[in-house]
Amino acid sequence: MDWYPLWNSLRIAAIATVITFFLGVFAAYQIAKLPRLLKGALDVVLTLPLVLPPTVVGYLLLCLLGPRRIFGSWVFQTFGVKMVMTWWSAIFATAVVAFPLMYRTARGAFESFDPTLADSGRTLGLSNTYIFWRIRLPCCKQGILAGTVLAFARALGEYGATSMIAGYTPGRTATISTTVYQLWRTNDDAGALRWVLVNIAISFVVLMTVNLLERKKVVPRREELS
Amino acid sequence: MSLSVSISKSFGPGGFHLDAHFEAQDGILALLGASGCGKSLTLKCIAGIETPDSGRIVLDGRVLFDSERRVNLTPQERRVGYLFQQYALFPNMTVAQNIAAGLKGGGRKRSAEAVADYVRRLHLSGLEGLRPHQLSGGQQQRVALARILASKPHAILLDEPFSALDSYLRWQLEMELADLLATFQGTVLWVSHDRDEIYRNCADVCVMDRGRCDPVTPTAELFRRPQTLGAARLVGLKNLFKAQSAREGGLFLPELGAVLPAPALEEGVTHVGIDARTLRPAAPDEPGLTCRVVRITEEKEHTIYMLEPENVRSPASASTSASVKLRMEQPREARLPAPSAKGELLRVSVDPGDILPLRS
Repeated sequence: MDWYPLWNSLRIAAIATVITFFLGVFAAYQIAKLPRLLKGALDVVLTLPLVLPPTVVGYLLLCLLGPRRIFGSWVFQTFGVKMVMTWWSAIFATAVVAFPLMYRTARGAFESFDPTLADSGRTLGLSNTYIFWRIRLPCCKQGILAGTVLAFARALGEYGATSMIAGYTPGRTATISTTVYQLWRTNDDAGALRWVLVNIAISFVVLMTVNLLERKKVVPRREELS
Repeated sequence: MSLSVSISKSFGPGGFHLDAHFEAQDGILALLGASGCGKSLTLKCIAGIETPDSGRIVLDGRVLFDSERRVNLTPQERRVGYLFQQYALFPNMTVAQNIAAGLKGGGRKRSAEAVADYVRRLHLSGLEGLRPHQLSGGQQQRVALARILASKPHAILLDEPFSALDSYLRWQLEMELADLLATFQGTVLWVSHDRDEIYRNCADVCVMDRGRCDPVTPTAELFRRPQTLGAARLVGLKNLFKAQSAREGGLFLPELGAVLPAPALEEGVTHVGIDARTLRPAAPDEPGLTCRVVRITEEKEHTIYMLEPENVRSPASASTSASVKLRMEQPREARLPAPSAKGELLRVSVDPGDILPLRS
């Protein structure tokens, strides 16, 4: 059995998760500070990929990155690199589709963060960078971790946009999801089933992890006894 | 060394308006006011968490905020310690790490010895490895103070330091806090709505009422002779009435429909206050106000008489007379000449010097 689709899917999902982690956390943090109207509008735009069909996302990405489109042609002329139909093209597709999951869970976590903690950090003289990485992020750890794992799971399962922008080339752009479709289409039922089982096993582990992360730590609060 | 504050901030037309002006020297200055009067907002403006619309804040000669010269230092640059109502300890850090964060914020070396020094000074030994949620309220407060002191602030702001604690714990903690603050070189602002807490711990007090500040006065003086209606309410004065100078001399109190013998009112005085303990039964040959006793309550050391003035004839007060009551407190051992029972009439009087003129 050729394990290339597993390896390819995992690296695409991993890189896309790292990208969505930073972009999602950054967007969530910045948007939480905006006035309400602007916040609502931007929120809709950033959440849109969650509800749009992946084929629509794929279409829009092709409009941007295609070899004869604005960005795609500029990159090709400048760097001589084609943005589509390579293994890493799928990173764009999966990152866009997984982004809303990261962004929304991170935003929820940031919104439940007690702002007086940041205020007390500032009055103590701690820098805003320190407060963000050492206080705000650790306090929102559970939500952000859950968002990261969800984004990874979504990235791993991405099919529609990936197949449009990266296609299916065995040994080059094949991922688990595109391989399942390809094997089924060519009547290799046994081969498709093997990949289906691999996919289910990975998703199971990932969702178990989310559940474990989301379970609230129960800490008995000590009453005033001293 | 001093803190000079002169700021204003508005929240929309008709909304809350803060207009705070005061000067605090080294030592503890209390900001006393009912909740919602702008005390916490004032502290937040000084710390740089909130920005005033206009004004100036100067600490030890350093300009922290000046709307005209467009100076607005960040909270980090201000070096003002802030004890939050709920203490705001970092929940992801241990006691020792919280204190170390204070050291770092103050630009100091995060050494184990320095942390141990604050642990010892604030009686936190044995708790270094615990997280905030494992501590009692009093311990949390001490960690928060240790953290503030570790950041070497030039002034300390205490926002209702005991509101998060059970009352039976306060006494001990209050003494500890007062002892600790006595060793601090610099200005301390102590915000509270609890007059007794202020009386016990602060030498000077500035009363805040609906966003405005009264002049700073010695605390004992404020309790003895409050100058404004808001201050009188805050120090617990119960008998507060509108007052006008009567044409025939003395004071006319429209709500009571009575004229009291008293010197003429100064400009700006709109109300008078009468301490329940200075109100007394009138001597037989003395002019007095005839009241009906509507309620008698026995307390440990006092008997409290609720009195309703009789024969209120003034039309201005006709509609409200039913609710106007006088409160008189007599020591329990003092036997009234006519030991009035509920429903009986009693003539009461007050010495002119005990009538406190109040500005509104």
